[in-house]
Amino acid sequence: MARYLGRRFLRSFITLFIILSIVFILVRQMPIDGYFPNIEKMTDAQIQNGLHQMGLDQPILVQLYNFFKELILHGNLGTSWVYRDNVPVAEILAPKIPVSIKLGSLSLLFAMLIGLPMGTFMAKYKGKFFDNLGAAFIVLIQAVPSAVYYLFIQLYGTEWLHISMLFDPDKAISWVLPVFSMSLGNIAYYAMWLRRYMVDESKKDYVTLARIKGVSENKIFFRHVFRNAFVPMAQYLPTSFLNTVIGSIYIESLYSIPGMGGLLVDVVKKQDNNMVLGIVLLYATVGIIGLLLGDLMMALMDPRINLVKKGGER
Amino acid sequence: MALLKHPKVEALENSLSAQLKRDLSEKELFSFAPFDEEEAELTGASNYSYWRSTLHAFSKNRVAMFLLALMLIIVLFTFIQPLLPGQYDAFVVTNGDNGLPLKNKQPSAEHWLGTNSIGQDLWARLWSGTRTSLFIGLACAMIEACVGILMGVLWGYVRKLDFLFTEIYNVLDNIPSTIILILISFILKPGVGTIIFAMSLTGWIGMARFIRNQILIIRDRDYNVASRCLGTSTWRIIVKNLLPYLVSVIMLRMALSIPGAIGSEVFITYIGLGLPATVPSLGNLINEGRKLMMSPSLRYQLIYPTIILSIVTISFYMIGNAFSDAADPKSHV
Repeated sequence: MARYLGRRFLRSFITLFIILSIVFILVRQMPIDGYFPNIEKMTDAQIQNGLHQMGLDQPILVQLYNFFKELILHGNLGTSWVYRDNVPVAEILAPKIPVSIKLGSLSLLFAMLIGLPMGTFMAKYKGKFFDNLGAAFIVLIQAVPSAVYYLFIQLYGTEWLHISMLFDPDKAISWVLPVFSMSLGNIAYYAMWLRRYMVDESKKDYVTLARIKGVSENKIFFRHVFRNAFVPMAQYLPTSFLNTVIGSIYIESLYSIPGMGGLLVDVVKKQDNNMVLGIVLLYATVGIIGLLLGDLMMALMDPRINLVKKGGER
Repeated sequence: MALLKHPKVEALENSLSAQLKRDLSEKELFSFAPFDEEEAELTGASNYSYWRSTLHAFSKNRVAMFLLALMLIIVLFTFIQPLLPGQYDAFVVTNGDNGLPLKNKQPSAEHWLGTNSIGQDLWARLWSGTRTSLFIGLACAMIEACVGILMGVLWGYVRKLDFLFTEIYNVLDNIPSTIILILISFILKPGVGTIIFAMSLTGWIGMARFIRNQILIIRDRDYNVASRCLGTSTWRIIVKNLLPYLVSVIMLRMALSIPGAIGSEVFITYIGLGLPATVPSLGNLINEGRKLMMSPSLRYQLIYPTIILSIVTISFYMIGNAFSDAADPKSHV
């Protein structure tokens, strides 16, 4: 197991290195004009001076070497150029990350509280009214672009609750709408997959055997079928929780929540290269750790899955 | 499916039994029976046709047929609408009697859905935008399907490429698509072609991974192992053994990627990287409507585009689901 983990970590580092290098080279293909908001008024010498200060006048490989030297030896991501002048990247991200994580985790918890029972009951009453109702909800949420229903929830939700459209972290009520709208997609997702896995699972022989033995229908469904059907879904739980750090562009910009959502788009547009790389590093790390934790969790929950023998590279 | 007796087969059987009833000389008994390859085939084949059965199963789904008809009507109407008499141009600002543009005019007999914030007819813009968005959705889905299937099949079937492709996937999947979108909008002129190119550039990756996972499941089924042992070429196995098995899931995925692409056009417009504001698309219309949603009397500018958008995306979703159910041979009797 230790060897497997070691190999996996090594490979993850190589992947991270390649991702960062590619993004590093990509963002340096942007036009020079973008680095200076008022380039028309600047002289050539000023532009050269500005480029020199940001280290952009060196050959690209030298820049890349310097970036990784700083990152690996000192854990230094550099400073922001445009977003907030000369403030270290880590310092800008630090207050934003907890906001997004709090919002995302709350919405995930809410989605599981609603989505998992919904999927279970849809499977239990398959083909009945509740199942059809749930299916209609899932189609609606999956097919309609989220921008649309986010807008209408904000529009009519705030009127209904008599609150301001903007977010106020101290008021508990202003968390309700963002958390609710953010969880809708996940509710549909959990309900849909849990229903499908449970329907598949309830066709297996051990369910028939339990029924013959006279185990009560509820016990079969909630103790046996649900537990087995939940295993394939558990794989994505760590990724979902870690991914809350990314935030939601729509939700956070609609309610003006000071989180991570939209920050990446913002700094890419402003060509704040150090910020871009810092955020990409964060997201990629989170994604890779999430995959690893998901595989480990599967192996813990289902003793038939052996990561070391094969299938670890799923 | 019942085996129908072909008239030729019946005639052949009759003539054979008649021959057998006769007293035959020894020479006749040991001569070869007449053999016609075409007729021999007929006894073994039923008149089952995959696509006909698929269409038959699909046509039984009334909801899906209704939505399909609705979609065809909407697509046709987006082309017919500008040709109808008394329509406004989607790009022309209408001026009122006092010579000033008719801004934010409420829906009326003249402007069926009112005018937007600079005085263009919303009804005309809505249909022009629907046409643009549908085109973007269809084009992206086609490109994604072609590239994604090719890459996914290679990734899943050719073992030597698996490691390489998985690593490439891990890298590509982690490069934010915003960076690529912005870079492309710097290099190319913004427009419909550019946005299709930019969205397809990252869109095929998900499709390829999906196909790869499907191929992995059926790659080593017995019929494929048998086929490989008989020396069937890789290309033939892919085209004849693997892809026909996946038709229904591929169709489903493609049908879902049309509303997906339309939705991501809305998203890209929302973050300010979409089509130029002069070109109407559902994304642009919703974005314009969003800016005015604070004043309740102007909300119609947000509500009408979202209604069309929802109808289009839900229809494609339902049609895709129904078609993939119909395309599954297990559901053919």
